[in-house]
Amino acid sequence: MSEFILETEDLTKEFAGFVAVNGVNLRVERGTIHALIGPNGAGKTTCFNLLSKFLQPTRGRISYKGKDITAMAAADVANLGMVRSFQISAVFPHLTVLENVRIALQRKRGGSFDFWRSRSVLDTFNDRAKALIADVGLTEFTDVLAVELPYGRKRALEIATTLALDPEMMLLDEPTAGMGHEDISRIAALIKSVAANRTVLMVEHNLSVVENLCQRITVLTRGRVLAEGDYETVSKNPEVREAYMGTGDA
Amino acid sequence: MERVDPAAVMAPPAQQTRSLSEPIAFVVMVLALVIAPYFFYPMFVMQALCFALFACAFNLLIGYGGLLSFGHALYFGWASYIAAHLAKVGTISFPIWYGSPKWHWATIPLPPLSPELAILGGTLAGGMLGLIAGTLAIRRQGIYFAMITLALAQMMYFFALQAPFTGGEDGIQGVPRGKILGVIDLADPTNLYVTVLVIFLVGFLLIYRIIHSPFGEVLKAIRENEARAISLGYKTDRYKLMAFVLSATLAGLAGSTKAIVLQIASLTDVNWPMSGEVVLMALVGGLGTVFGPVAGAFIVIAMQNYLAQIGQWVTVIQGTIFVLCVLLFRRGVVGELANLLRIRL
Repeated sequence: MSEFILETEDLTKEFAGFVAVNGVNLRVERGTIHALIGPNGAGKTTCFNLLSKFLQPTRGRISYKGKDITAMAAADVANLGMVRSFQISAVFPHLTVLENVRIALQRKRGGSFDFWRSRSVLDTFNDRAKALIADVGLTEFTDVLAVELPYGRKRALEIATTLALDPEMMLLDEPTAGMGHEDISRIAALIKSVAANRTVLMVEHNLSVVENLCQRITVLTRGRVLAEGDYETVSKNPEVREAYMGTGDA
Repeated sequence: MERVDPAAVMAPPAQQTRSLSEPIAFVVMVLALVIAPYFFYPMFVMQALCFALFACAFNLLIGYGGLLSFGHALYFGWASYIAAHLAKVGTISFPIWYGSPKWHWATIPLPPLSPELAILGGTLAGGMLGLIAGTLAIRRQGIYFAMITLALAQMMYFFALQAPFTGGEDGIQGVPRGKILGVIDLADPTNLYVTVLVIFLVGFLLIYRIIHSPFGEVLKAIRENEARAISLGYKTDRYKLMAFVLSATLAGLAGSTKAIVLQIASLTDVNWPMSGEVVLMALVGGLGTVFGPVAGAFIVIAMQNYLAQIGQWVTVIQGTIFVLCVLLFRRGVVGELANLLRIRL
């Protein structure tokens, strides 16, 4: 098996003449936490949407575990074991924390088109759901509606829901965006622990989180890869410094 | 001084309320419907029951799937035409084309069918129309979805206006009620009432089961956050189509029953104001509540029946209620009540 779990080749996305992602060749090594960073408008989220198949690329190829997924539907990619999160916290607001996690566990049954059966058949997933909820420290909120959780807890719930699918690879879009210090360190620790036996590709703005968590970093600007390497290498790259700070910034 | 929030003390755990409030409300509803014909004009109650089932079917789609169909009259009205035709005439003719320049009429000679078969036929017709319209409509979202459902419904309205078997402006009148399984004579008012009540309760319980099934859980997740449901590996279009077909089928059941009860199928039931009326019923009662559409249907039908003497003003009053609901009672009558009592209804 290849050591790269996810590879892209000349990945390009144009929106009515504007090139958001331009010929990106990305290779994510199995078992690492890989960060995608860059200034606003660099194409990070577009890149994410392309990888998770929420957008169709204009050009280029994406392969996951050696399989070409370029033409695949988003739901099928998830079923192959690559599951994404969203920039704004993606929970099911008016379902309880338990129900949120159980929706993901329910995938194990295959399609849930059995409208004639009572949902009590889903109770078999409750123990696993509660274990996952405990893993992210939400036990006391088990029966609370997701909409009532504070922001940081919503992100934790989102991670629990993603973990319920036991994905081989997680795509996290700004997992610490909009959080206070305490929440950031909690989520960072959580990501580190769940990444022990999986691959994580994350978009992140908070460079200290990136420094502590990520083995490899790809810097995007204006849709192109500017630099790639570990934190040390990337942070010393003059072009990266310029992209982040701007030249006029004396 | 320490203040205790009474709501926090009074509110029992969520699981417990869920298992109690809904069954109690259901028993109350059944008892009310059993004694209703002694207090109200039975024909009014039966008509309201048909619309209540229609509104519940509509609510399944918007309240639990988050899909606003603005063309539900299509399934309700066409099912009532099909049921009325099967019960009165039976014979089915449809045009087919085999190569030659002319269309030919194929005829399946059927005798007038018994009411249960007529209702079954109408219900299946509703489901089939739902499958076709749903397949087209679920490709778009939000307002575009609503517009496509409306457009398809209006297309079929004009078809109903022109097609010979619907009787055009006259509709299909004098639909025989017949005997269920050749035994239960629906000409008897008690038999008719019990039949309608049973059909309504079966439809209602089926919808309740759908909402509380593994399928219903996924449907609610799609309503809450479709992109997230996709990212968890759900092919959401298939679930939405399934919900659409189930909703159309149950709307068809309501329409077919109405054709037998009121002995008429008419253009009113396929036209767009009917689609609007079912939105109003669900909204007044409470979107996404189990009992709301039933309450909403009774309120709207009661207004139409008991305020009929003031003529066109009924429409004005309906409009005012609609505006008030949107402005003040967004959860609807039942929704506000459930929120007040902190229970599920």
